[in-house]
Amino acid sequence: MFRFAIKMLFGDNAKFYGILLGLGFASLLIAQQASIFVGLMSRTFAFIGDVGHVDLWVFDPTQSYVDEPKPLRTTALERVRGVTGVAWAAPLYKGLLVATLPDGKRQLCNVVGIDDDTLAAGPGTIVEGSVADLRQPDAVMVQVGSSQQNMMFPAELAPGALPAPGQVIDPKGPKRPVQIGDIVELNERRARVVGLVRCPETFTPGPTIYTVYSRALTYAPPARRVMSAVLVKANEGVDPAELCERITEQTGYAALQPWDYSMRTLGYWMRETGIPINFGIAIALGFFVGVAIAGQMFYNFTLDNLRYFGAFKAMGASSRLLLGMVALQALVAGVLGLGLGLGAVSAFGLNAAGGKLAFKMLWQIPFIAAGAVLVICVLASVISMWKVVRLDPADVFKGA
Amino acid sequence: MPDATPSTQHAAPGGGPPPDGRPLAIRLRAVAKTFGKGESAVRALRGVDLDVPAGALTMLVGPSGCGKTTLISILAGLLARDAGELAVFGQDLGALRRDRLSAWRRDNVGFIFQQFNLVPQLTVAENVSVPLVLKGESVGAAVRKAHDILATLGLEGRGASAPLKLSGGQQQRVAIARALIHEPRLLVCDEPTSALDAELGRRVMGFIRDRSRSPDRAVVVVTHDDRIFHLADTIAHMDDGLVRSVERRAPHIEPPQTAKQGSA
Repeated sequence: MFRFAIKMLFGDNAKFYGILLGLGFASLLIAQQASIFVGLMSRTFAFIGDVGHVDLWVFDPTQSYVDEPKPLRTTALERVRGVTGVAWAAPLYKGLLVATLPDGKRQLCNVVGIDDDTLAAGPGTIVEGSVADLRQPDAVMVQVGSSQQNMMFPAELAPGALPAPGQVIDPKGPKRPVQIGDIVELNERRARVVGLVRCPETFTPGPTIYTVYSRALTYAPPARRVMSAVLVKANEGVDPAELCERITEQTGYAALQPWDYSMRTLGYWMRETGIPINFGIAIALGFFVGVAIAGQMFYNFTLDNLRYFGAFKAMGASSRLLLGMVALQALVAGVLGLGLGLGAVSAFGLNAAGGKLAFKMLWQIPFIAAGAVLVICVLASVISMWKVVRLDPADVFKGA
Repeated sequence: MPDATPSTQHAAPGGGPPPDGRPLAIRLRAVAKTFGKGESAVRALRGVDLDVPAGALTMLVGPSGCGKTTLISILAGLLARDAGELAVFGQDLGALRRDRLSAWRRDNVGFIFQQFNLVPQLTVAENVSVPLVLKGESVGAAVRKAHDILATLGLEGRGASAPLKLSGGQQQRVAIARALIHEPRLLVCDEPTSALDAELGRRVMGFIRDRSRSPDRAVVVVTHDDRIFHLADTIAHMDDGLVRSVERRAPHIEPPQTAKQGSA
């Protein structure tokens, strides 16, 4: 009879495709919006993950997330270095500064200053050049390959060249990507590109520019406190979690391992912004659209077949068998609808890869979508099953 | 179909045992059924007495709303009676729990519905095979048997068709095949000729009557169609929830017939 149940499902083309589209659309919306949400949220702490070889981040205890400027005193570095268990500690500058390009265009940049001596916490992926080149005068390394805002130079200017006196460059003229040798101004100070790097997309706009810490301070506006964080490597055999507690206890600063700091940053964005609510609404809409369309379609499908279920019941089919048939129909429709939706989301994700759209489908997301589709199918089939259970086999003689 | 004039005996309400000594297939005594409660209650059956002989075709006739459908629903085990006694081939249906009753129906009853109730998404043969599949037979074997019985009903080669592609008469024969494929002891038919013309109706009823000619079988037909009354062995006249009278007729003398082949 289960084979017949499947044939009944597939045989009613209009309703079957309606159920499939409803479930597919629901799983598409749920998985796609969840993936974009995860992708977007991942960008909020992407910078932390890109800073390698670091066990701990030390920062102002009132700082909620990595991009929030709550600089430390310069003495913080020595105080952290003085804590037992610290192998080394390096200063980090991170701030948004305006770069002026040779054509006069201004562009917001995320400037990162790394330790002059160790060059710790340098860029993860170097496309061209060497991190050691940052020791050259005015040297900076610039992010390329960003989907958001790459640094673009006038095509008519060769790398390293500046406009000749009296030369007017059309800001709307042809552009080329930044190259080694290019020169920009950061806060009216010269910066020369010595390397190109690739960084993960972050939540802040504009390209990331790496330089050494001391030079970053010359680019940054004058302030009493400029150190964004202290990066710490623990001695071998020292538990980073214990070291965190010790640093906090002895310095009063917050100290977290990279993952914990990422979660603190994520938590801020989750709590303090409307992003989760907005995406939550979209995901909930996907769910309710699924319930409304697929549920209604499935219910109508069962209603249309009620007279046949009644005939089966009269002929001796038990209620349990009929419920099994309805459940199987719901399950098959659910699996196919889910596959359709997840396939569409995967295609969407592949298409969006490397683009501006933040898209990250964690392995849990298909399971969440599957759970939601399962709930939709259960809701739809339970209502339908109720009709089947309540079905009086004698109704078949009433033309039911 | 020519009909030998049967001798007719009018019996008292309930009918009593068949005068020709045939065994009883169904015995009802004081069967009552009420739908609803209070002022809106409808007494569909008000104490029905009826003896349905085995090996014969019994018709329930009467005006609309007299309780015919309620009565066949009860004697087919689809509806529980409120009061009275009912035995079908010796089985007291009231003593069976719901799941056992379903199994009893599956094994003993064949249904021909007025609306046919053929599942449009299944093929003709698959529709016919349903009772066997419900009994646990594999779909493949059941469908093969369905093709065989369809052939005896003049529907060779139509097993793979969709039911809705068939004419009304052909659909009725498919419904008959479905009702008979598992060789039920009791065949219950609800207005089986209502969708058929006179000739086809007579042919279909002839086929159904032939199937009743076995001492361990019985056919009960609810009908308004007086064109087929002459085919009955017993006619129970119902009115207002009661069997008012029972006509007993001698068995027909004509040889068994099958439905003609070809499209109806």
